[in-house]
Amino acid sequence: MSKQAHITPPSYWPIIGSFGLFFLAFGIINVLHQSEWGSYSLALGLVILLLMLFGWFKEVIAENRAGLGKEPEVEGAFKWGMIWFIFSEVMFFATVFAALFYIRIFIIPWLSGAYAGQEITHYVLWPHFQMQWPLFNTPDPSIFLGPIKTIPTWEVPALNTLILLTSGLTITVAHWGIIRQDRKMALTGQGLTIMLGIIFLFLQAHEYIEAYHELDLKLNSGVYGNTFFMLTGLHGFHVALGTVMLICIWWRIYFNHFSAQYHFAFEAVAWYWHFVDVVWLILFVFVYWI
Amino acid sequence: MGEVVAKGFRAKVTRWVTTTNHKDIGTLYLVFALVMFFVAGLMALLIRAELFQPGTMFMHPNFYNQMVTLHGLVMIFGAVMPALAGFANWQIPLMIGAADMAFPRMNNWSFWILPFAFGLLLFSNFAEGGWPNFGWTFYAPLSSTYGPPSTDYMILSIHLMGISSIMASINIIATIMTMRAKWMEYMDMPIFVWSWFITAFLLIAIMPVLAVTVTMLLFDRHFGTSFFNAAGGGDPVLFQHLFWFFGHPEVYVLVMPAFGIISEVVPTFARKALYGAKFMIYAIACIAILSFIVWVHHMFTTGVMAWVKIFFMITTIVVAVPTGIKIFNWVGTLWKGAISFEPPMLFALSFIVLFTIGGFTGLMLGVVVADYQYQDTYFVVAHFHHTIVSGVYFAILTGVYYWLPKWSGRYYSFKLANWHFWLSTISVNLTFFPMYFLGLTGMPRRIPDYNIQFTDLNMLATVGAMIFGISQLIFLWIIIENVFLKRGKPATAAVWEATKGLEWTVPSPAPHHTFMTEPSPIKE
Repeated sequence: MSKQAHITPPSYWPIIGSFGLFFLAFGIINVLHQSEWGSYSLALGLVILLLMLFGWFKEVIAENRAGLGKEPEVEGAFKWGMIWFIFSEVMFFATVFAALFYIRIFIIPWLSGAYAGQEITHYVLWPHFQMQWPLFNTPDPSIFLGPIKTIPTWEVPALNTLILLTSGLTITVAHWGIIRQDRKMALTGQGLTIMLGIIFLFLQAHEYIEAYHELDLKLNSGVYGNTFFMLTGLHGFHVALGTVMLICIWWRIYFNHFSAQYHFAFEAVAWYWHFVDVVWLILFVFVYWI
Repeated sequence: MGEVVAKGFRAKVTRWVTTTNHKDIGTLYLVFALVMFFVAGLMALLIRAELFQPGTMFMHPNFYNQMVTLHGLVMIFGAVMPALAGFANWQIPLMIGAADMAFPRMNNWSFWILPFAFGLLLFSNFAEGGWPNFGWTFYAPLSSTYGPPSTDYMILSIHLMGISSIMASINIIATIMTMRAKWMEYMDMPIFVWSWFITAFLLIAIMPVLAVTVTMLLFDRHFGTSFFNAAGGGDPVLFQHLFWFFGHPEVYVLVMPAFGIISEVVPTFARKALYGAKFMIYAIACIAILSFIVWVHHMFTTGVMAWVKIFFMITTIVVAVPTGIKIFNWVGTLWKGAISFEPPMLFALSFIVLFTIGGFTGLMLGVVVADYQYQDTYFVVAHFHHTIVSGVYFAILTGVYYWLPKWSGRYYSFKLANWHFWLSTISVNLTFFPMYFLGLTGMPRRIPDYNIQFTDLNMLATVGAMIFGISQLIFLWIIIENVFLKRGKPATAAVWEATKGLEWTVPSPAPHHTFMTEPSPIKE
């Protein structure tokens, strides 16, 4: 009842992070505007952000190891914080999927005159446009040239599905290792998960190269290319981020940071990894398959 | 505020930049919001000055468009949201008996991103072509194909604001879920805390939507995508769907904490418990859920199918039910109460009446056939300014006048506050009531010129706006005198006669650290 609350001391990390974000944003804008120093600002912003993340997390990890992480309120706050962060990510992907469904269900039929009572759009704008998905022929091929072919579903994408599903298993093995305090098992499980993440990214990169050079499937080849690269790109970015987080957790297992009871950092990253996994399954079905 | 002594300029800057204290951060949010309020308010006055008479008076039409755009963006993201976040920071820990927010450092970051975000937005004038000029809704293709280079500054600035809002919301949710005094159940929480609890969920759900939308816009602008271009199989209307899926819940993000403030203030000065308190909570939750299925009422004239319009008309009108519950319960709280009219109560009463007008005109706009006439006219402008200015802004003033003595430890001049109230209430109606009639007779919005028959009412609106703008300087002076010049009668811990709740058990001003040990429940 009379337990004294913990007070967080003042911190420079947030303001450093703000400068990092500012230089990053300013850099991106100026790279897009082709000004010479845009890339310098971008690089500076990234370096500052990385330093900030490193320093900030170091501080939090030190605090938690000093015992703060065992406070039920602190652990609860981290858990709920992570859950609602993942929810914001769910909404992030849901929006892109919503755009994909809207395009496939409404826009393409509409532009091709399939909606009774709305054919006028079709006749006035592009009377030659035909309903199809994947969209090989865009409404106006003189501006947006569609792809020649699309990625075959049951080759690399199916393999990638298998890889991510397996990684969901290996991370569970790592979890068992932590719970049983079997360091070797935990490190092996975590290491395999990291390996699978990297292989996934490697295959994605290979797929992108193939799409660009052989299939003419590009970011700018009409809405098929747009949604394909937006969804797989955002997902790949999340896998990359998740892999970095997994590597950090591997080091923390290596240095015996986790006990059988207190290992929320591991759980948080595992939740994130499973989330990325589920997104891929939906993506596989709606982007690569049907 | 509090006993932290920082001597010298550098020590002061360090203190405010590195602070992890919820009261300090709340103050930062509120001061930032006040500055942005005057920046965006000045833009509104320039707009009204231009509209004083037909014809081009002071400014190039493009500059007018830029003012319209920035006024909206800065008011919503720079003034109203940070002000409400300031209330959340100051009040939520005090009201639930917590020592601070759950993530104090992240709390600091949520605030300190904002000055950088608005720096990007406001200084984008240096890009070729000047500020963005397509309205705060930045519809494609105005912002994609035809947007000036500064559009990219706006897009990245919105990304930063989104990061800030999501972190602040996660912080608020984690705080409420884990930091409450042990004896405080969810249904025991003060209604202001409830209102922010639900608002934070809304924010987490919609800010990612906005982030994706502006990212698509950025890709359309620079990487040859065609999300919002039908030539590649996209659709400009897709932009509107995405934007309003964010945008409609967003306006409820603004208004729900305002409801919370009013629900705290009315019982205090009516000296009665809030009538139907549980229903007030359910009503907010109901409005929050409904806010996700009404967005197409912003798009009735874009050619969406008839059954879609009818569906969204019905959901829109259904919003009136929970909102009506709130209005009735405030009136029910007043019923047979021992009412006194201190400045916060005056603004709260004004809110109830004027927000109801704003709500009713919203119903008119929600009716599809009627909307065909009202859309894109001054009727719309009048509607949302009645809800945001005489609604949300008045609720913010209510909250400031209610809690300021707790924050600063001093009462402000009631005489000046009364002047502020009467001038604001009269002039706000003088400004926005004529706009309903202008809209009904067909004056389009977002155009710097108008037909000569609209002159009289426009002059009236401009005079009202100028009086409104000037009377806000009284508010500024009240704040300066109370907070910075430290003048005024010392406030008691309870501040007002009939206050209830944990925040009134700590001394005024609230010490830098409160509830370092868990408080015990208040005995009725």
